[in-house]
Amino acid sequence: MLELKGVDVYYGKLYILKGINVSVKKGEIVTIIGANGAGKTTTLRTISGLVHPRGGSIYYNGKEITRESSNNIVKMGISHCPEGRQLFPYMTVRENLLLGAYLRNDTNAIKEDMEWVYSIFPILAERQKQIAGTLSGGEQEMLAIGRALMSRPKLLMLDEPSLGLAPIVVDKIFDVIKELNGKGVTILLVEQNANMALEIAHRGYVMETGKISLQGSARELFEDEAVKRAYLGG
Amino acid sequence: MSFLSIGYILQQVANGFILGSIYSLVAIGFSMIFSIIGLINFSHGDILMLGAFSALAFITALHGPIWVVFGMVGVVGFLIGIAIERVAFRPIRSAPQVTGFITSLAISSLIENFGILVLTAQPRSFNIPDYLNGLLNVGAVSFRVIDAIIVALSTTIVISLYMYTKYTRMGMAMRATAQNIDASRLMGINVNRVIMIAFAIGSSLAAIAGLMWGAKFGQISPLMGFLPGLKAFVAAVIGGIRDIRGAVLGGYVLGFSEVLFVGLLPPDMSGYRDAFVFTLLIVILLIKPEGMLGREEEVIK
Amino acid sequence: MIAGIYTLVILGGISYTMERTLNDYHLTVVEFLGIYVILAVSLALTNSFTGLFSLGHPAFMAIGAYISAILTFPPIRKAIMMPALPHFLANMQLPFCLAVIIGGVIAALSAFIIGFPVLRLRGHYLAVATIGFMIIVQVLITNMNSLTRGPLGINGIYPYTDIWWVYIWVVVTVYTVWRVLNSRFGRAMLAIREDEIAAESLGISLTYFKLFPLVLGAFFAGVAGGLWAHLVTAITPSSFSLPLAFLLVVMLVIGGKSITGAIIGALLIGIVSELLRPLEMATQMYGLTQIVTAIGLLAILIKKPGGIAGSKEINLVSLYKSLKVLR
Repeated sequence: MLELKGVDVYYGKLYILKGINVSVKKGEIVTIIGANGAGKTTTLRTISGLVHPRGGSIYYNGKEITRESSNNIVKMGISHCPEGRQLFPYMTVRENLLLGAYLRNDTNAIKEDMEWVYSIFPILAERQKQIAGTLSGGEQEMLAIGRALMSRPKLLMLDEPSLGLAPIVVDKIFDVIKELNGKGVTILLVEQNANMALEIAHRGYVMETGKISLQGSARELFEDEAVKRAYLGG
Repeated sequence: MSFLSIGYILQQVANGFILGSIYSLVAIGFSMIFSIIGLINFSHGDILMLGAFSALAFITALHGPIWVVFGMVGVVGFLIGIAIERVAFRPIRSAPQVTGFITSLAISSLIENFGILVLTAQPRSFNIPDYLNGLLNVGAVSFRVIDAIIVALSTTIVISLYMYTKYTRMGMAMRATAQNIDASRLMGINVNRVIMIAFAIGSSLAAIAGLMWGAKFGQISPLMGFLPGLKAFVAAVIGGIRDIRGAVLGGYVLGFSEVLFVGLLPPDMSGYRDAFVFTLLIVILLIKPEGMLGREEEVIK
Repeated sequence: MIAGIYTLVILGGISYTMERTLNDYHLTVVEFLGIYVILAVSLALTNSFTGLFSLGHPAFMAIGAYISAILTFPPIRKAIMMPALPHFLANMQLPFCLAVIIGGVIAALSAFIIGFPVLRLRGHYLAVATIGFMIIVQVLITNMNSLTRGPLGINGIYPYTDIWWVYIWVVVTVYTVWRVLNSRFGRAMLAIREDEIAAESLGISLTYFKLFPLVLGAFFAGVAGGLWAHLVTAITPSSFSLPLAFLLVVMLVIGGKSITGAIIGALLIGIVSELLRPLEMATQMYGLTQIVTAIGLLAILIKKPGGIAGSKEINLVSLYKSLKVLR
């Protein structure tokens, strides 16, 4: 479904992604784990067209999207729930969700989807008219995911959804991710919390300083000694 | 009319309203562009000038009803905004803020000097059809028909623009882009288009304000845009530059304070009006840089 | 050291030759170019080296120009033209050199006063505040009729400025700025330009190190104003306004972020406008110079944002060494 081939990304003179290869198949949960600054976030930003690679290419359903603009990529069904939530802080919960459906014109279906998001995260329904910037961290993450769902993505990319959240909320969010995957949404998950990520993922990649250092099934990575030492806390 | 009588004060308030209506329209453009791409667009005042001259041309050539002229001037401003954004600001979008500011200085110099080249620096009189100069009296206050049109039109525009940003898809996209440009891209918003529309609408309002300025003061010249432009920026800063409502409020506050400064102080002080305006700017920037309605932001280190 | 003396002598020689060979018009053009160099190099202190974008230079220039003009004016004419001057000013006539320095000092003083509050502002807010300051100064000059003759301006200023005064002040300005850049001060200024927050955490006092380049730059702007007033012999408040500020900024952007760059920019823009001015007059195409300048600026901003010289400096010592090798 998604294929990165030898992607090189620079920020000015800084060489950030060094020829990485990543592939995601339809229906999978794939995770990219790695330390801070390894290039995970940049990988997602590159896929969604916020950053354009200097070398290599990206394919989505067989079509090259390397130089596509973000809005076309969203149109194709890739939705990116960015690191740090990146909500529209002075808008209401409802407005944030509506913006998630920005490219859609099917008013009735949008309403249904909004109800669906509210049913996944009932707290958001209660807070519909509240300004997003005043929500708690956990509620903001739920809103960010809900907003990403409003475009009815085929591929959902999540960047550190567990960051800074209480364990109970993290559990809830990971349950939702699994549930979405069960409904046929393909997931690309970037996480520092490697334990949780590998638990729900089918396959995984380990990133180190801009390169993929290791890849395999979630089970293989789980049992890999180096991964254990570096990312799984023992 | 005696100095400081109720009638005199009401008359000054009315004048403040008229001036404030014009400042508001110009300030909105600053606010829209600044809140989306963080640019202080110095050439904004020169679009007011272009609007005034095209208005004069339309009035002279058409003898049509004034609302048609207003509409045409609005369209002219709209197109100029698009052109300037495309040619000058898009290529340097990723450069540091100060580069954008210098670019806008260059555009301003270009427009003004093309104006001088084509039209000469001599001021021209801006004649409007006679019926627009007719006097209306409400109690002790008297004003011209055109003044009433200025206030009414400006109010209508401000309200419709507010509705537009609040309820339409494009309006929402604009607010979203102003709040978080990357997240807006991730929603599928075509940010380039949003920026273009912001320039277009802002410039359109500035051009309409140019027509109003010419009608109010009766004289226009290629350099006329500089001071009203800069003052509208001051207005936007006073009210809170990140919010259209702030820009409007600031426009009226500035209009009133200018009129009252001149109207209530001894006549030999009135030459100091502009010094007062810019002292006010510096003071506001220092004590409440986010403006009256603004949210905190990093104006000051 | 030796390289410096070489340069002084060479420049002096050039000045002497020009004084002997050029006609009055061309000599005046050269003097203008020198004044532009003083203005650009002194503005570079804030705008290029400290990252403070100021547009207030014409205000400091105006202060220097008016003060020095009043100081060198003969008391008899002052009694007629500026009747409200305070007694001590009315009867005072100072030598040109002293008048120019006092003009510079008072410009520096005003920079000190305005700098304290305004330098806290960031980026283009600072730029707009300095434009505000410029307009305030202009309004004050225009309205203080009895001191400045208001919008009429002061004319009949004695043309003291000659190529040697310009020579001396160019040398003093460039040397001073160069010494500052290569001192502790200069390194602190560059640190502020690169990263204000980091600079502060290294213990660099922001107010102090921002104020210093502004005040020093204002001093030289004031001096340049004095030279300018005694070259053109007539000044009005509108001589010192935004178009001039813009021209100076263009010089710095086109030249690049170095002393060399500022000099190149000043000479280039100066020469281009002096060449275009006669053309403008002849063809009646007023505004042409500014249009060409603005287009040049836009082209540089888009194509070569670092300017012609970038942040490189000409190294005089190695320049002379390489010349000797050639010989």
